[in-house]
Amino acid sequence: MSILVNKDTKLLVQGITGRDGQFHAARMKEYGTRVVAGTSPGKGGASVLGIPVFNTVDEAVKTTGANTSIIFVPAPFAADAILEASYAGIDLVIAISEGVPILDMIRITPVLKQNGTKLIGPNCPGLITPDEALIGILPGMIFKKGNIGLMSRSGTLTYEVVNMLTHSGMGQSTVVGIGGDPVAGLYYLELLEMYQNDPETEAIVLIGEIGGDAEEQAAAYIAKHVTKPVVAFIAGQTAPPGKRMGHAGAIISSGSGTAEEKMKAFAAAGVPVAKEPSEIPQLLAEKLAKASV
Amino acid sequence: MKIHEYQAREIFKKYGLPVPNHVLCHSVAEVKEAVKNLDRLVVVKAQVLVGGRGKAGGVKLAKTEAAAVAAAGQILGMDIKGCQVEKVIVADAVDIEKEYYVGLINDRNAKSVTLMVSAEGGVEIEEVAQTNPELIHRFPINPQTGLLDFQARDMAMKLFDDMKLVRQAADIFQKLYRIFIETDSTLAEINPMVLTPDKQILAIDGKMNFDDNALYRQPEILAMREADEDELKEIDAKEKGLSYIKLDGNIGCMVNGAGLAMATMDMIKLYGGNPANFLDIGGSSNPQKVVDAMNILLSDKNVQAVMINIFGGITRCDDVARGLIEALDTIKTDIPIVVRLSGTNAEEGLALLEQTGLPTVSTMSEAAKKAIELSKR
Repeated sequence: MSILVNKDTKLLVQGITGRDGQFHAARMKEYGTRVVAGTSPGKGGASVLGIPVFNTVDEAVKTTGANTSIIFVPAPFAADAILEASYAGIDLVIAISEGVPILDMIRITPVLKQNGTKLIGPNCPGLITPDEALIGILPGMIFKKGNIGLMSRSGTLTYEVVNMLTHSGMGQSTVVGIGGDPVAGLYYLELLEMYQNDPETEAIVLIGEIGGDAEEQAAAYIAKHVTKPVVAFIAGQTAPPGKRMGHAGAIISSGSGTAEEKMKAFAAAGVPVAKEPSEIPQLLAEKLAKASV
Repeated sequence: MKIHEYQAREIFKKYGLPVPNHVLCHSVAEVKEAVKNLDRLVVVKAQVLVGGRGKAGGVKLAKTEAAAVAAAGQILGMDIKGCQVEKVIVADAVDIEKEYYVGLINDRNAKSVTLMVSAEGGVEIEEVAQTNPELIHRFPINPQTGLLDFQARDMAMKLFDDMKLVRQAADIFQKLYRIFIETDSTLAEINPMVLTPDKQILAIDGKMNFDDNALYRQPEILAMREADEDELKEIDAKEKGLSYIKLDGNIGCMVNGAGLAMATMDMIKLYGGNPANFLDIGGSSNPQKVVDAMNILLSDKNVQAVMINIFGGITRCDDVARGLIEALDTIKTDIPIVVRLSGTNAEEGLALLEQTGLPTVSTMSEAAKKAIELSKR
């Protein structure tokens, strides 16, 4: 087990003929992900790295049975690409594209709900179930199969933490980059539920940052529903209010969304918050030791 | 992106919202011209991109030409929270029976545009949200239908009993929603919306913010941008593929990735230093990007040491090291630099950097400590 993706995942790459799409399709394939199809309107019939290219997602799904799609198209066309996948019956869509207008995401949300499509991103690095499927732009070599579930709003900070976990002998069940945008797909609550129900996940790491109150909601949810050990880290304690810190969603507005509030909420829920990323493996080990007593 | 009140008023007017007339002035002389033969009450209002103007004395009523000119003289050039007032508007003042709040925001939790209204207008809505959240009525709008007539009326009925007023207010809510959608706003606020003694509802102040990600399809909004010096630097960085925000400290940092960049700033603070900036160079080893980033970093004269923090993923550390060496060759600076490389091919990268004599480390904590130490020399 694991969550969301595994060795049975059949992946479609939307925008496979673009520079990024092609580069990452090759890497995902090399990692062992079953990349079954690509799309690029007007280039149907071609083949990229031995992967068949289709004009439409519908055609790709009908021909190859793809059930998951990753999106590399430029931001102005991302919402359309997500909906194309949704209407073609894709179960899980991962949107890597950065810079998608917020109102585009708001417009497509009810459609995804109605079609029963799960979305991760946009503006995210993707997700990985080590040794089974890498779907995204994550560097596969730093991950190791194991029992820690990790979710994060950031990219390189996730790699930093994963690298430490792997070096401490703590492998991962599934690592999910949920993305840095204010309106996004699957978020902490949905993923916490999945990790809680996944027999392979023994403990959970949550990497949050300033902006919004999703971390506060996660803390409240953990206190109520999560019995597995959870450790958190929050980036942006020194961020000034009113400024977007790189990620569109990382902004303290009118005094809310601060790191301090989030850390307080986790403390109240009994979730230890690491002062710096390198503390995470130790905090996890302590929590796991306590849990096994 | 933010705009001034006068710009928001112009957008409101274009969409038919009831807004009293105003004149934009850049000098006392222009104000004098605008209030010639003044026969009505006007309000002189500072135009700055920060809140709290009223409390700072940036809004003054005037009944005569002389009073308006005197008010403008006091307000122009005034410093409000670090912003110098360079413009004022002279707007027709109205008699107010009651003030209300109306706002539209992008709601992260509801994943919708949410309409908020309150009978507690004219004050900071955040204060009301803290002290009396039940006084703010919220309605998440379904993007597929928009704000329907009956929904707008329902919300208006939270503020008014008189059906005539309900209809007036509902029309304002729907127009504001249209503005929000058509301009890719992230915030559209009328605060206060007022009721006059002769039963007119007017928008007498407006605030609008826009989605930076959507500016590519909003040329008219983009043309309204008035950036200050720090913001110009941020915009310039963005055009070069970098994300930069100036802070007050003395340790410059250059990092790949926004989350890691925030964590780096936090770490500098944790070990007793002060970060000079947020700077995310994204995921590439392109030497030109590093050169651009260093130039932006070092243009801040407060910077006394630089911490470069790179986690190599797909971008390999040896490539990053080559980029750094090439970049530092072009830049030549006396400011001490510490480089931290970790991840893919970190050892090769660190070996390459060793030839340059730069201090190199392999963990973030070491890098932060070293940068703080170097900044004190």
